[in-house]
Amino acid sequence: MMSATAVASVLITHEVGLHARPSVKFTKLAKTFAARVEMALDADGPWIDAKSIVKVMATKAPKGTTIHLRAEGEGASAVVEALVALVERDFDEGDHAKSA
Amino acid sequence: MNDRPPIVLNGIAASPGFAAGPLCRLDTALASYAPKATRAEEIEALVGAIAAASAAVAELIARADGESADILEFQLAMLADDSLAEPALAAIGQGEDAASAWTRALDNEIAGYEASGDDYFRARSADLTDIRDRVLRVLTGAESGAVPAGAILAGEDIAPTRFLETDWSAGGGIALSAGSSASHVAMLARSRGVPMVVGLGDALSALAGEVLLDAKAGTLTGFAAPADIVRHRAAAAAFAAARSSAAAYLSKPARTADGTPVLAYVNVADPSDVEAIDVTTCDGVGLMRTEFLFSRGLPDEETQYRAYRKVLEWAQGKPVTIRTVDAGGDKPVPGFTVAEGNPFLGLRGIRLSLSRPDIFRVQIRALLRAAVHGTLKVMFPMIAVASEYERAKAMFAEEALALSALGTVHRMPPLGIMVEVPSVAIAPEAFSDVAFFSIGSNDLTQYVMAAARDNASVAALNDTSHPAVLRLIREVADFGAARGISVSLCGDAGGDPALIPHLLEAGLRELSASPAQLAAAKAAIAGVML
Repeated sequence: MMSATAVASVLITHEVGLHARPSVKFTKLAKTFAARVEMALDADGPWIDAKSIVKVMATKAPKGTTIHLRAEGEGASAVVEALVALVERDFDEGDHAKSA
Repeated sequence: MNDRPPIVLNGIAASPGFAAGPLCRLDTALASYAPKATRAEEIEALVGAIAAASAAVAELIARADGESADILEFQLAMLADDSLAEPALAAIGQGEDAASAWTRALDNEIAGYEASGDDYFRARSADLTDIRDRVLRVLTGAESGAVPAGAILAGEDIAPTRFLETDWSAGGGIALSAGSSASHVAMLARSRGVPMVVGLGDALSALAGEVLLDAKAGTLTGFAAPADIVRHRAAAAAFAAARSSAAAYLSKPARTADGTPVLAYVNVADPSDVEAIDVTTCDGVGLMRTEFLFSRGLPDEETQYRAYRKVLEWAQGKPVTIRTVDAGGDKPVPGFTVAEGNPFLGLRGIRLSLSRPDIFRVQIRALLRAAVHGTLKVMFPMIAVASEYERAKAMFAEEALALSALGTVHRMPPLGIMVEVPSVAIAPEAFSDVAFFSIGSNDLTQYVMAAARDNASVAALNDTSHPAVLRLIREVADFGAARGISVSLCGDAGGDPALIPHLLEAGLRELSASPAQLAAAKAAIAGVML
């Protein structure tokens, strides 16, 4: 299996930032991929395991924070894309989910 | 049975009922941990305790709902993450025992959250504390069978998750040295019919063994004499009989002895409360509190919308009166309320909402969108002057326009006000254009009598049946009748059989009670001759 790497950054627009429920969704999604995926609040690190809710919550990223993602291994670009999309959708919790 | 003289502690009844059983302390978990012989056994003990705690939380999730389930999902994810125990496992490798290694590791995490500059993250320290204690209880054996069926849980306070995970089917109750009858646990206890007394003071720690909880009078008796036990059993039986005879009234419309119809609503604190209520037994929701949504930080629009919609759909077209968030006072919300020297007279209720339009507008949009799913009415808490109502009403109009521009489905509900600040009750003519009045008897009483409702030492003054309070209620009822504005009452008095005759005599015909008090309220209404 070829090893691949992927990087991306995304702005958190969710009202209270990367809080409990979004963090649960974020880490659960990350864990569905085999690739090693890390997250940082600064492009230079420190990098933490994006599959660990303990570590992700501990970054205490409020609204308006840009998070950086990097992944390595099988499905690296897919996991980064999926996580960026989740953050951009406000973790499926915001105003985007309009009622019928 | 024993030679000690009985000890009777006086507190405040937070949820009526009677219980007799062994006193079980909530806060002595750590004292009894017995270190193991080897490091490997310590590691095994910690890993096993975390697994057992996870299993317990997972089981709770199956029974929980809404906000409670979200809190538990988060706790479960934290427990399932190996990183959480890593520092503790390393410390055990250095020779520390499992309980103190875990405590130190979690205290470190908790300190990290407490140091956060962000209120929301700071508030998560309560979740970490809950996780820490849950594992400690397993480690020290406090969890495994140490809470006997029908026990009286005692401590300074009790976490909502602890209440939710307790099996109340065999009876039991709650006795707190501190606590508040306005806390979320107190609301949960009332809606589940679990007897609870708060404010028993530090002397609670002197009691042990079998105790008698009288959550009607607000007392806890230890080292009871046989005569005390007989009396307690009789009172408990009379209470149960009154409750079951009241239950016969539950399915019938509320009417006085002379046939005057009265609208009987329920108060709802948590959207999941309605699951246990048969909608045919009430005339709708007289007060849906929204503070529970804010108890874990600021809820987003979608979370609020879902909660409001759930209750509106449950009501099947009956009116549902939702109160905009009444934070402040004794109900702090991280990231929203401010610390004040005299919070009951400070920035709370509508005052706080108007000062934080960014937060208030989120709630307004959620209410406007939810309104299409039933018969919604919205009321504002702590209104003191008419301009507050006008400003809130204008914000509703602005948000409705914005939703129209987006093509989002919504509806403007009737907007009313709580009557709880004496200025409104004394001079209601300033509010001739509100859609309805709802008397908040708890706050109206505490402001008229200048006696805080969460302070045991002035509890006797905090009396809704005082002529000054009843006169104001009568005047508001008369004003509403003259102007064609409906007047209801949604405080604890609305479910209190002793006060209901006074309220009906004062002219009220719409009362709202907690679900557990609804049957007794209807029975009391049926006994009144107008």
